[in-house]
Parts: sequence; C-alpha cells; structure tokens
Amino acid sequence: MAAEPKRTYEPFVWLMFSGGGVAAALVLPVLLFLFGVALPLGWISAPDYGHLLAVLGNPLTRLGLLGVCALALVHGAHRFRYTLHDGLQLQRFDGLIATVCYGGALAGAVAAAYLLLFAF
Amino acid sequence: MSAPPYARLYRPKVRLLWWLSRRSYTLFILREVSSIFVAWTVVYLLLLVQAVGRGQAEYQRFLDWSASPWLVALNVLSLAFVLLHAVTFVNLTPQAMVVKVRGRRIPGRLLAVQIYVTWLLVSAFLFWLVVG
Repeated sequence: MAAEPKRTYEPFVWLMFSGGGVAAALVLPVLLFLFGVALPLGWISAPDYGHLLAVLGNPLTRLGLLGVCALALVHGAHRFRYTLHDGLQLQRFDGLIATVCYGGALAGAVAAAYLLLFAF
Repeated sequence: MSAPPYARLYRPKVRLLWWLSRRSYTLFILREVSSIFVAWTVVYLLLLVQAVGRGQAEYQRFLDWSASPWLVALNVLSLAFVLLHAVTFVNLTPQAMVVKVRGRRIPGRLLAVQIYVTWLLVSAFLFWLVVG
C-alpha cells in the first residue's frame, strides 16, 4: 500500500479544535448576546467604563479571555478549513486553504495576546 | 505526492450544492459555517477590549458603533450561529467522550445535562461580571 500521508500534526489540531469548541460554546454566546444585541438595543443599560476597566484590569480576566479567543480562533479555522474542503469541494487546494486558515488563526491569536497582555 | 492507484480509478462526481438535498446535510453545513461567526465574535470582543483599553471616549464610540442597524443585524445572525454551534457541540460531546465514574459509564444524556448546567452557570457568572 502507498505510504501514509503525513499527519503528525492532526491529533494536536483536533485537540485544539475540541478545546476551542467547548470554550466558544460556554463563553461566547452570553458575551455576544450582551455586547452585540442586548446593550446596543437598550435592553440592558451599558456597564459604566470604570466597571469594565476594573474587570479587564484583572490579569485573570485577560488571561482567560486570551485563552478563549486563541482556542476559539483555532477551532474556527479548523472547522472552516473542512467547510471549504467538503462544502465547496475544494480538496485540490487543501494546502493553501490550511495555510490561510491556521495562519489567520495564528495572526488573530498573536493580535489578541498583544492587545490583552501588552497594549492594555 | 501522487495519489495511490486505487484513488484514481473511481472518483464519484459530487455536486457543489450536494448539501441542499437533505435537511440533515444542510444542518451539517450550517453547523460548519458557524465557524465564521465564532471567529467574528472573537474579533468583535477584541475590538471592545481595544476600545476599553484606549479610554472612555473610545469605549463610548464603540457603544455608538455597536448600535448601527447593520451591525446589530450581523450580531443577531452571529448569535444564532454561535448558539447553533454551542448546542450541537454539547450534544456531540457524549458521543465523542466516554466518562466513567467507578468503572461505570455515565449515560450520554446525563453528561449532556451536566454540560448544559455548566453552560448556564458560566453564562450567569459572565452576565454578573459584565452587568454587575
């Protein structure tokens, strides 16, 4: 039989995919509901600046948020890769697609780390 | 790398819109598309963090921007997809994971209920953290 394709990194990506999936499922809906829907529509009055600054000023908040953001981005990238792969039948371009997806997730994670750890 | 010989013999043609032929296929693709909205949600939250980090005026500008009708529409759509992701991911977990306590497997349904309770608690905590 032909040699197995190179897959050494796949289990690791699937692990990150699961972790990111859980993090995204537990954390993102309520935050998007608050900041994307409930506050803009005036259902809830916006938290005052001092309060948010204090919450984000806590290193634990920022580390937690960084973990969620980075994992969720990898999760999204991995799933989007296979969406293009299967949904749009683009198997031929898998190398390019994988590079763009994981590269995008990595760039996003680096931007998140810069924002949350250094620029805040 | 060349394809193994058997792979070249038979390659069924798949239509581009194959996933419209059945409801379960469509749901599968919608679930996969949720990845885009998960990524958008992360970007949106990071923009909020950036605005808060830059000061009160910038935070206010973010709040005004977040109330633009197109953005609210996008976020409502994103919320629907993020919820689809969350529900499908929770329901999938018992199938992907076997959790044993004292040698006995925890039934899948019970495991799913536990994750839903965790989800509720995390959401309540974050709600409290933000709104106070």
